[in-house]
Amino acid sequence: MSATQVTDVDIPEAGDTGGLGKALRDYFIRVKGGEVGSLPAVAGLIVLIALFSILQGGTFFTALNFANLINQGTAVIVLAMGLVFVLLLGEIDLSAGFAAGTAAAVLAVGLTKYGLPWPLALIACLLTGLVIGLIIGLLVARLGIPSFVVTLAAFLGLQGVMLLIIGEGGTIGIQNDFLLAIMNRNMPVWTGWLLWLLVILGYAFVTFRAIRARKAAGLSGSSASVWAAKVVSLAILLGVGVYLLNGERQIVRAGKQSCVIMGPPNEPVGCIPILQGVPWAVLVVLLLLVGLTFLLSRTSFGRHVYAVGGNTEAARRAGIKVSSIKITCFMICSTLAAVAGVLLASRDNSVSPTTGGAQTLLFAVGAAVIGGTSLFGGRGRVVDAIVGGLVVAVIANGLPLITSQSGIQYVVTGGVLLVAASVDALSRRRSSASGR
Amino acid sequence: MTNPAPILELRGVNKSFGAVHVLRGVDFNAYPGQVSALVGDNGAGKSTLIKGVAGIHSFDSGEYLFEGSPANVHAPRQANALGIEVVYQDLALCDNLDVVHNMFLGREEKQGVILDEITMERRAKETLAGLSVRTLKSVRQQVSSLSGGQRQTVAIARAVLWNSKLVILDEPTAALGVAQTEQVLKLVRRLADNGLAVILISHNMNDVFEVADNIACLYLGMMAAQVHTKDVTHGQVVELITSGRSGDIGLQPEILANGAVA
Repeated sequence: MSATQVTDVDIPEAGDTGGLGKALRDYFIRVKGGEVGSLPAVAGLIVLIALFSILQGGTFFTALNFANLINQGTAVIVLAMGLVFVLLLGEIDLSAGFAAGTAAAVLAVGLTKYGLPWPLALIACLLTGLVIGLIIGLLVARLGIPSFVVTLAAFLGLQGVMLLIIGEGGTIGIQNDFLLAIMNRNMPVWTGWLLWLLVILGYAFVTFRAIRARKAAGLSGSSASVWAAKVVSLAILLGVGVYLLNGERQIVRAGKQSCVIMGPPNEPVGCIPILQGVPWAVLVVLLLLVGLTFLLSRTSFGRHVYAVGGNTEAARRAGIKVSSIKITCFMICSTLAAVAGVLLASRDNSVSPTTGGAQTLLFAVGAAVIGGTSLFGGRGRVVDAIVGGLVVAVIANGLPLITSQSGIQYVVTGGVLLVAASVDALSRRRSSASGR
Repeated sequence: MTNPAPILELRGVNKSFGAVHVLRGVDFNAYPGQVSALVGDNGAGKSTLIKGVAGIHSFDSGEYLFEGSPANVHAPRQANALGIEVVYQDLALCDNLDVVHNMFLGREEKQGVILDEITMERRAKETLAGLSVRTLKSVRQQVSSLSGGQRQTVAIARAVLWNSKLVILDEPTAALGVAQTEQVLKLVRRLADNGLAVILISHNMNDVFEVADNIACLYLGMMAAQVHTKDVTHGQVVELITSGRSGDIGLQPEILANGAVA
């Protein structure tokens, strides 16, 4: 048939250029139809911050604590970003935490025992993650073992591998300045603002160009007012964050400076004169967010990941190589776990058998799901990991300021995860019922 | 009514699965601009025939001619390359993707490595407009929010997007209500009117008589007859389906006797 015979298209548009009000109405309709995205997580984040600020009075909502929050949350966020890829397929990776630990152990041993220069050790660390992901992916996609079982085995196995690599010594210290700087140093104030400006301009430019291209092609897109509102709100939100982080974070109590130790262990413990600026770790998260979001939403690989997660059989019939998509996703997940391992090692200044253990993985899965990534596959974004990771970090950070009972923290985190999973399940039912 | 040159011609194709002889020397033609209905009871071999045409499995023996020349179709991709598209009964759409994404799934338009959403959206709209589809609110709707008829429309539009020449529809109206069935049948008719060859598998005689130009009846793996729709009655087709023979048309009695034994 000749598709060119009709140039005038009479399909009415849902998203016609109708300004802010229309955009808000459309969004509301989508939410009602079950496409809630990260809305519950953002709402939860605001509620939690407000709650802790009121209950705790003072300490929670401080610049220092904001920086702490980022410091505590970064590794979980990066781990969760990797898990998003696996969750999008409808699979799970329980071993990501110990993949992080194992990769960190390789890094530490490479640096100390073998005296490798740090770039080589870093490459070895990331390769460790890549290989772990490849093996898991092959077992899941080619052999057809459920990912739950494969990664459960890897969870146990990697724990052992990690112990073997670290050896009997227990803890290996990290002395490399570059690696330590990632989690322990901050950008100069001006760099933080420059980064802020670049992000806002970049976002504005990319979205503006997309809107203009759609207009030029005669397709409907969001209007200029919607675009401006988005850019301005992003600028304000990130601006507040940068402003808080750029403030002096040392606590001054009754005229006496109480010192915060943020340096590597070999630095003399004492007052650090200036403690301000955006942590460098934020840059790592930002770069990963941009890169991975591009991969998921702008490339055919990303599209195929969603397709496999949404309907594997349909993807197969459309000629998509399902097993290579799966293997690649597991490799991305474990490689990001290795990045998280580097962050953990940098934060703790060392690698020990508990690196990446304990609740790290569960918090990361929780972060991805709380952020709006579906456990059923096919729905989720990389930015979900950040929103969800912040929720988890706020709980982990805020509760101890209120109560000394650590039991409550687990109960609350578990409860929030359950709420998130329920929202996921309900919205799934909602969207399948809203046949229009 | 004279038939144009067939675009697809099967001559004496056979297919066995182990000891089960599913297709026995089947002849079948599909013509451009016509809807060829393929009917037959459960287990008559409709699906096997279609899967062979689509390259999901290959025939054991017999000739497969496409546009007059022998074609080598042993994989779905080879069938796609010829211009053959299949719309399966279970549609094979991804609920979590929108209409455009589904139509281009596995064959995305790209600029470098970046998906070219604008070209895809424009082509999707053109294709839908070419089929006079007016039931979709937006091509950026998620498929999960579509009704059964709309989904069928998307699946069919996807099949014609690729300058396809032959579209095979597997029971497109099986799960639809009256109004939606009507919509889809009109769409099927438009495909043929646009010059495509359409093979329609259906159990519903009303649908078959409404849109088909010719009807092919399979009986126990044999082609009972492929006849013009206007030459036969409802009852005759039913008889062909159930007994392989109706009056002078259909299989010869001795073949029927052999078939029943085997």
